[in-house]
Amino acid sequence: MNRSIDNNNGLLLNVEDLKTYFTVKKGLLRRTAGYIKAVDGVSFSIRKGQTLGLVGESGCGKTTAARTIIHLIPATSGSVTFGGLDVLEADKKQLRAIRRKITIIFQDPYSSLNPRMTVGDIVGEALRIHKKLGRSEVVAQVGEILERVGLSPECINRYPHEFSGGQRQRIGVARALVLKPELVICDEPVSALDVSIQSQILNLLKDLQDDFGLTFLFIAHDLAVVEFFCDIIAVMYLGRIVERADARELYGNPLHPYTRALISVIPKVSTARRGRKTAAGGEVPSALNPPSGCPFHPRCPLAEDICRQRMPAFEQKGPQPGHFVACWKC
Amino acid sequence: MNNSTLLAVDDLSVHFFTEDGLAKAVQGVSFAIEKGKTFALVGESGCGKSVTALSIMRLVPDPPGKIVSGKIMLEEKNLLRLSEKQMRHVRGNQIAMIFQEPMTSLNPVFTVGEQIAEAIKLHQKKDSERAWADAVEMLKRVGIGDAEGRACEYPHQMSGGMRQRVMIAMSVSCQPDLIIADEPTTALDVTIQAQILDLLDELQQQNGMSILLITHDLGVVAERADDVAVMYASRIAEKAEAKPLFEEPLHPYTQGLLKSVPQLGFEGERLATIPGTVPDPLHFPSGCKFHPRCPVGGQDKRCRTVEPELREVRPGRHVACWYATDYQTQQERNEYESKYRQ
Repeated sequence: MNRSIDNNNGLLLNVEDLKTYFTVKKGLLRRTAGYIKAVDGVSFSIRKGQTLGLVGESGCGKTTAARTIIHLIPATSGSVTFGGLDVLEADKKQLRAIRRKITIIFQDPYSSLNPRMTVGDIVGEALRIHKKLGRSEVVAQVGEILERVGLSPECINRYPHEFSGGQRQRIGVARALVLKPELVICDEPVSALDVSIQSQILNLLKDLQDDFGLTFLFIAHDLAVVEFFCDIIAVMYLGRIVERADARELYGNPLHPYTRALISVIPKVSTARRGRKTAAGGEVPSALNPPSGCPFHPRCPLAEDICRQRMPAFEQKGPQPGHFVACWKC
Repeated sequence: MNNSTLLAVDDLSVHFFTEDGLAKAVQGVSFAIEKGKTFALVGESGCGKSVTALSIMRLVPDPPGKIVSGKIMLEEKNLLRLSEKQMRHVRGNQIAMIFQEPMTSLNPVFTVGEQIAEAIKLHQKKDSERAWADAVEMLKRVGIGDAEGRACEYPHQMSGGMRQRVMIAMSVSCQPDLIIADEPTTALDVTIQAQILDLLDELQQQNGMSILLITHDLGVVAERADDVAVMYASRIAEKAEAKPLFEEPLHPYTQGLLKSVPQLGFEGERLATIPGTVPDPLHFPSGCKFHPRCPVGGQDKRCRTVEPELREVRPGRHVACWYATDYQTQQERNEYESKYRQ
C-alpha cells in the first residue's frame, strides 16, 4: 500500500507490514500458550528531514515498533529498509553501521544516564566505540556537542545527579547526536519533564533538526505535543496503525473515532470548555486477548456488527491524498 | 473565615532540615477551599504543592520535615493543634487523599474489597459484613462493572485506570468533606485521565464534597477547577478564580506557563519558553524567586533584592509581583467587575 511513496526520492526509512509477536509460555513444560501481538502489521515511511509522530496510549506497541526498527527486538515478519539497506536481514557488522546512523533519545532522563559515568564518558562513549577516536578528540567533540545543546563544555567532568531533569535530557540529546546520526528516534523525550522545560527541549530538537538535517521518529502518548513537531502522524491502537495523515490534515479532519477521542481529550488552557468530554469509554484491551474484528470496537461510539466481526482494511479515505484510515464507519 | 469556607490554610510554612541544609519547602502559603468547590494548586516539581497537601493531612515526614508556622482550619478546628489520635479521626472521615501512583498506594497482598472494607470498618465502626457490602456498593459507584467479582481481585489484576477508581472508591467510602487529589491522573493514559476526572466531578455533585486538586497540568486545572493558586518555589505566585486567571494571567510566571503549553492549532515555528530551570529549594535566589527567569523584572533591583508579598491587586486576585498593577481608574475597576462577576 505504500508503493506510491516508495518511488519518491529521499526516502530514509521504510517499514512494511512489520510484526513483532511475543510468545507467552505457560505451565511446567513452558508450552506456548499464545502470542502477544505487540506490533501487528505496521507500515510507514519517513523521508529525509521529515518528522513522523507515532502516537498511542501505553501498551499500543509504539515503543516496541521503534525498538524492532533498530533490531533491538527481533521482528516476527515484515521488512525495515533504512537508506536502502534491509535492517532485519543485516549481519552484525552492518547492524553496527546502521546503529551509528540511528540513535535514540529516551523518555526518562533519570534512569537512562549511568550515574557512575561522567557526562564526558556518557556522551563520548559512542565516539570511542564507533569512531575509535583518541581521548583529546573525544573531549573536543563532546565539548562541541554539549555547547550545541545548551550546556557548558565544563560539564564534561560532572555526574548526572548534579543536573536538573531538563539538563539531563539535554545530555541525552547530546549523546544521541554526537555521532551525527541520520535518524533519531525520540521516545517520549519530554513527558517526564516540567511544563516550562518541555518547550525548551522541543525547541532545541527543532533547532538541531534544522542545523543537522535530522530525521525524527517521534513517539508520544498524546496528540498535544506532536502537532507542533511532526509532519506526518500515525496513530496506533493495539499494535496497529489506525490512522495516518499529514499533521495538518489529521488535526483538521480526523476520521478515526479513536483519533477524534485523542484530540478531544487534549486539555485546552482555557476555561471555555468545561465539564464532561470523554469520547472513549472503557479501557485499552489486553494485547494477549484482543477483541474480534476492529480492535477499537468495544470503546467505539459508532460500532456496528461488521466492526465486531471483521477487521477493517487500512485504506486511503477522505479528500486528501495520503490520509489512510482503518475503520468501517468512516 | 466565612460560612462557605471548608478549609482555610493560613500562613503555612514547612521546612525540611536536611543534611545538605535547610530547605524551606513551603513559605507563607494561605488559601481557602469553599464547600463543594474544586481548588487547584498548580506548579512544577519542587514548588511545594505536595508538601502543602501532606501538611493538611499532617503526613509531612518528621524528621526531616517540620511545620514551622501557620494554621490549618477545618471549619472550627485547627488541624495543627490536634493530637495524633484526633487527627486519625479526621483522616479518612473528613479528609481523604488520592495519590498519584495507584499501584504503590494499594496494598498488594489484600483484595481491593478488603482494603476498602477495612477503611469503612475503621472509620465508621461497621461490622465486617456491612463494611464489605458498602465496599462493593462503592466499587459500583465509581463505575467498576461486576463489582462483586472485582472486589475479590488483587490490585495487580487490575489496570492503572481501574486501580485509580479503587483508590477513589476507598477515599470517598467514608464520605469525607474534602478530598485531596495529588496528581490523580498523571500516571494514566490520556483517554483514561478524562474518565477519572469526570468521575471525580460526578461524585462531587452527588456528595457535595470539596476537592483540593494538586497538579502540574494547566489544562486539567482550566477545565475542572473553580479557584486556582499557582505556586512557584515554595510560595503562591498568583491566586484567583479560574476564569479570570486563565483569561488574563497577571504574574509573569503564570503568563509564561500558559504560553509554553502546546496548544492545538499552533502555527509558529517555536514554542514560547521560560528560560532557565526551576530553582532548587536548598538554593533559592534572593528577592523574588522568579527574577532570574523573569522577562519583566529580571533586571530590576527591587525584584532582585526584596521578595514581593502576595497582595490583592484586583478584587479576588492576589499576585506576588512588584509589577502587577492595581487599577488606574474606577472605570477600569467597573469594567473588570462586570466582566468576571455576575
